[in-house]
Amino acid sequence: MTGDKKGWEAVQEDAGGSVRDTDGAFIDVRDLRKTFRVRRRSGLLRRTSSDVHAVDGISFTLRRGEMTGFIGPNGAGKSTTIKMLTGILSPSGGRLRVAGVDPARDRTRLVRRIGVVFGQRTTLWWDLPLRDSYGLVRRMYRIPRARYEENLARCVELLELGGLLDVPVRQLSLGQRMRGDITAALLHDPDVLYLDEPTIGLDVVSKARVREFLLRLNAERRTTVLLTTHDLSDIEHLCERVVVIDHGRLMYDGALAGLHEIGSGERTLVVDLERELPPIEGIEGARTVRTEGPRQWLTFPATASAAPLVSRIAADYPLVDLSLREPAIEDVIARMYAA
Amino acid sequence: MAEPGAVERRAPGRGLSARRALGGVAWGLRAYGFIAAMWVRSTMAYRASFAMMLVANFTTTFLDFAAIMIMFSQVDALGGFALPEVAFLYGTSCVAFGLADLLLGEAERIGRRVRDGTMDILLTRPVPVLSQIAADRFALRRLGRITQGALVLGWSLTRLELEWTAGSVLLTVSMVLCGGLIFGCLFVLGGAFQFWAQDASEVQNAFTYGGTTLLQYPPTVFGKELVRGATFVVPLAFVNWLPALRVLGRDDPLGLPGWVDFAAPAVALLCCAGTALVWRAGLRSYRSTGS
Ligand SMILES: Nc1ncnc2c1ncn2[C@@H]1O[C@H](COP(=O)(O)OP(=O)(O)OP(=O)(O)O)[C@@H](O)[C@H]1O
Ligand SMILES: [Mg+2]
Repeated sequence: MTGDKKGWEAVQEDAGGSVRDTDGAFIDVRDLRKTFRVRRRSGLLRRTSSDVHAVDGISFTLRRGEMTGFIGPNGAGKSTTIKMLTGILSPSGGRLRVAGVDPARDRTRLVRRIGVVFGQRTTLWWDLPLRDSYGLVRRMYRIPRARYEENLARCVELLELGGLLDVPVRQLSLGQRMRGDITAALLHDPDVLYLDEPTIGLDVVSKARVREFLLRLNAERRTTVLLTTHDLSDIEHLCERVVVIDHGRLMYDGALAGLHEIGSGERTLVVDLERELPPIEGIEGARTVRTEGPRQWLTFPATASAAPLVSRIAADYPLVDLSLREPAIEDVIARMYAA
Repeated sequence: MAEPGAVERRAPGRGLSARRALGGVAWGLRAYGFIAAMWVRSTMAYRASFAMMLVANFTTTFLDFAAIMIMFSQVDALGGFALPEVAFLYGTSCVAFGLADLLLGEAERIGRRVRDGTMDILLTRPVPVLSQIAADRFALRRLGRITQGALVLGWSLTRLELEWTAGSVLLTVSMVLCGGLIFGCLFVLGGAFQFWAQDASEVQNAFTYGGTTLLQYPPTVFGKELVRGATFVVPLAFVNWLPALRVLGRDDPLGLPGWVDFAAPAVALLCCAGTALVWRAGLRSYRSTGS
């Protein structure tokens, strides 16, 4: 493992030059826009075209080594943004820099430093066994043999791909293929990893394995990770920071914890009293929403502190036990999407 | 298409563009080589099935010549050309087309790649997109067409009573090579148009597969308008008609100046330049799919 560490640090060094001067913002997105012109048939011969503003002025920056969740409802513009970050699509407007490079202009230079996983489709060769796919990746990225072997062995171990290397990709299950794809994206030690719905369709065990793997990758190699998902528990497990977009616009950018507050979420205090009593009343800022025998539920704004509330109740009522429930992240996000 | 390849560490100056372009082409060819080699290795794992595909390819493409032989069982000449002469045209057309089909035939699948979004993935790899597409599923079974074309060509050479000079040998070799280039350009051009019109592969087939069939027959069989079109619009006539007429000692039906018979290399180079421009434009206009 120490050899591993050393190899990695050496890589850091030689990528150094251009990285260090952009260290503040490894990925820098300013007022990014992408407009698609879509043509529609209207009538027999007439065609009308309209503009779809898939990404409509998004700005954010990511520091090196940050692991960020990128979420939003269907059609929000997440995949389109990722395609611009990788250089697949060129922006219609705005400024974009990844490790100091403009992706659309210098795509071939940048792609050596990034890894991409599209959950919806594989980057592997459908008819080749995993091992051959990885062999091609090695030659395409010109990965030195020793580093390649080491990275492959590591991914195979952590993602449990051992018995699958000689199976053609088309015969892999979705979860196996996804782990295969993640490996392919990491063999060349990318500085940035973009994951577009990497956990889609995975079972609980595979999901946990992938999350665990991503956490280690980020901790040990300082790989910058940008992750889109519709499974918010992915975000809760992996990301301290979230960027939320909707209709191509930025809705929120900050700590995951902060979402609770701005999401106009309410927290819930569950109290167990000694015996069944009428609903608790007269506590300022709180409202009893439910009673069930001696148990009562009170809601109060997520921004308020629970402590004074608890002491007021304890003073006036025979309190036995209590628990505090944070608003579910799903609810917060759902409310945000609906707004 | 230019890919910095080995010059990765250098500052991204635009100045050394000629060297960069050359480096890019060399890297593209190398990448083509190792991708194709991988596919060859993986098909060779199933030798029996490979052998069958090869024979099938040989046989189905040879049917074209069988049709010509059947015609000659009824007539002595086609458009004034005897069987060995037609076989010469057939052989050169088949080998030239076969080379292009072997090396670049996959380009006709670009439309499908654009539609199903797999083009995205090619763009995330540090290898020129054309190399990745053309070498994908590289299939040696396509040697079947080349082999039968070469056999027919060889047979015609034993039957043609010609005085072979260094010039006519060179001309014949260049027919196959430059013809291959011209057909290759048609494949790539057709592929590039599929960036705009994803269903264009039918049109492309008319020019590639249609083109090689056209060139298997003497130009005198066809109307002047068609021959003109195949000379000035789509330069198919440079693949074999014009140089072959010279080798066979015939006049061309359009009465073009004599030097035209030697123009194939220049025409092929022009085709390559034009194709490169259209390819770049096509790639630039790519706008992915919605998922
Ligand atoms: N190539 C394209 N051509 C035309 N419209 C497109 C294209 N790609 C995306 N769009 C449109 O842009 C919008 C954003 O799409 P995008 O794929 O970025 O959404 P998303 O946030 O990834 O959604 P999802 O969660 O469903 O994956 C959608 O309205 C979509 O219809
Ligand atoms: Mg998406």
